Amino acid sequence: MLYGAVVAGSFRRYATYRVATAAGVVTNTAFGFVIAYTYLALWSQRPHLGGYDRAQALTFVWAGQALFALIAYGGLDELQDRIRSGDVAVDLYRPADLQLWWLATELGRAGLQLIGRGVVPMAVGALAFPLSLPGSPLTWGWFLLSVTLGVVVSFALRYLVALASFWLLDSSGLAMVSTLACMFFSGLVLPLRVFPGALADLAQLLPWAALLQVPADVLMGARTGGALLRGLAFQAAWAAALLALGRLVQSAATRKVVVQGG
Amino acid sequence: MVRAAPPLTRRTGLGDRAAAVRQGLSAYGLLVWMWVRATLAYRTSFLLMAFGNFAASGLDFVAILLMFSRIHALGGFSLPEVAFLYGTCSLALGLSDLLVGNLSRLGARIRDGTLDTLLLRPAPVFVQIAADRFALRRLGRTFQALLVLGWALGRIDVDWTVGRVLMVPLMAVCGTAIFGAVYTAGAAFQFWAQDAAELQNSLTYGGNALLQYPPTVFARDLVRGVTFIVPLAFVNWLPALWLLGRPDPLGLPGWVAFLGPAVAALMCAGAGLAWRRGVRAYRSTGS
Repeated sequence: MLYGAVVAGSFRRYATYRVATAAGVVTNTAFGFVIAYTYLALWSQRPHLGGYDRAQALTFVWAGQALFALIAYGGLDELQDRIRSGDVAVDLYRPADLQLWWLATELGRAGLQLIGRGVVPMAVGALAFPLSLPGSPLTWGWFLLSVTLGVVVSFALRYLVALASFWLLDSSGLAMVSTLACMFFSGLVLPLRVFPGALADLAQLLPWAALLQVPADVLMGARTGGALLRGLAFQAAWAAALLALGRLVQSAATRKVVVQGG
Repeated sequence: MVRAAPPLTRRTGLGDRAAAVRQGLSAYGLLVWMWVRATLAYRTSFLLMAFGNFAASGLDFVAILLMFSRIHALGGFSLPEVAFLYGTCSLALGLSDLLVGNLSRLGARIRDGTLDTLLLRPAPVFVQIAADRFALRRLGRTFQALLVLGWALGRIDVDWTVGRVLMVPLMAVCGTAIFGAVYTAGAAFQFWAQDAAELQNSLTYGGNALLQYPPTVFARDLVRGVTFIVPLAFVNWLPALWLLGRPDPLGLPGWVAFLGPAVAALMCAGAGLAWRRGVRAYRSTGS
């Protein structure tokens, strides 16, 4: 199976960056401590802010740090460079679909990052603070499914940004706007449920809510039963819609591409 | 046309050292000017990226504003007071990131072997890497920090004396030097661990995330750590506590607030030594 091999290859590739992974773990853990204390101060004044108790708020912090490397950025800069330099023409000749190929590499990367950069910060957080982690293996399973869907949505968004390079000579401005939107509307800056009034409702409908807000809610038990299924359906719907949009843009882009030389 | 600086020989005297520093600064100026001209060749792109830098650092402040839409004080500090902490540390980080932030690219240069080219040029390698791809867009963070700081200064309840007024620019200078030392030490570490560029983020961006909130929010041990082990608390916490007339959560005596320049000088000296050891230990990747 071609794409399975790509997933495994990407997993192995990122597994070789051991020092970078360790450095990332230290950074995510340090940020986790800082944010956890600020949330403790916030929740000590406003208990049940956004419907979370203190343990749930802290769980949100450490889930955000554990998933940061999976959802906030990725390896699609490489695709962007290949489009800008024209190397993408070679990729289009390959007997593999461009979108599925890059999705497979991102899934492999996410798998490695979840183990390499997710487990340690989460474990440190659980040792240092009272977290609201699930007891049943089934909830962990739902969490992993939700994370996977979040990774797919994150990929689909970044893939659209990368494809914009077919039209824009320099899409770094767009990439920057996309990163900012991701930081703010995923809940990495502040949980979306804590946003004031209508902004909270709006933010929870946008695709970025699928990256962290839904997986974190599943993990801390703020989504069970019908709400759990609605959350997963929300993620799946955005994943499908954005992947379909990516296909449309991709077919428009590949019709447009002109390669120089003989 | 870029003038080539005369080659550096080993110097011992104080006058010679001053000449070497002057030479290094002029090389830094020339390199920075080259990159600034290159950046301004693409004006729209520069403005966009500077705005992005502005907005990215502004997100942290938006988070604080959103928090204060639900509360009136965080850790006993009002919004203007937190904004003052935010403005001072973000300004220091923004300036040091602008001046020497690209030292973090050292690991990449070691990996691809281009550091060797820099070692052959007749200018200090530290200067060359610090000025490498000088990113003028980082003025965005500096500008954003200045805006917040200006807003906060008009609203904090301080009895302004000459000493207190002078403390604000002094904080900016010392804070810039302290973060600059962290960048330098982080880069020096990359001589041994090329992939560890992200490690220093925990002290620079992580330190910034820490210092923008009041020290009363954090556990004592964390505050002790950034006071005695990696003395980031001297960037803004300790002088700001003095300025705002608040007790130190660790119960340190009042004069500690004025140790900023000494701490900054010590950290810069330590980082400089680490950098030298790194350069001496460097062995090229080979062919």
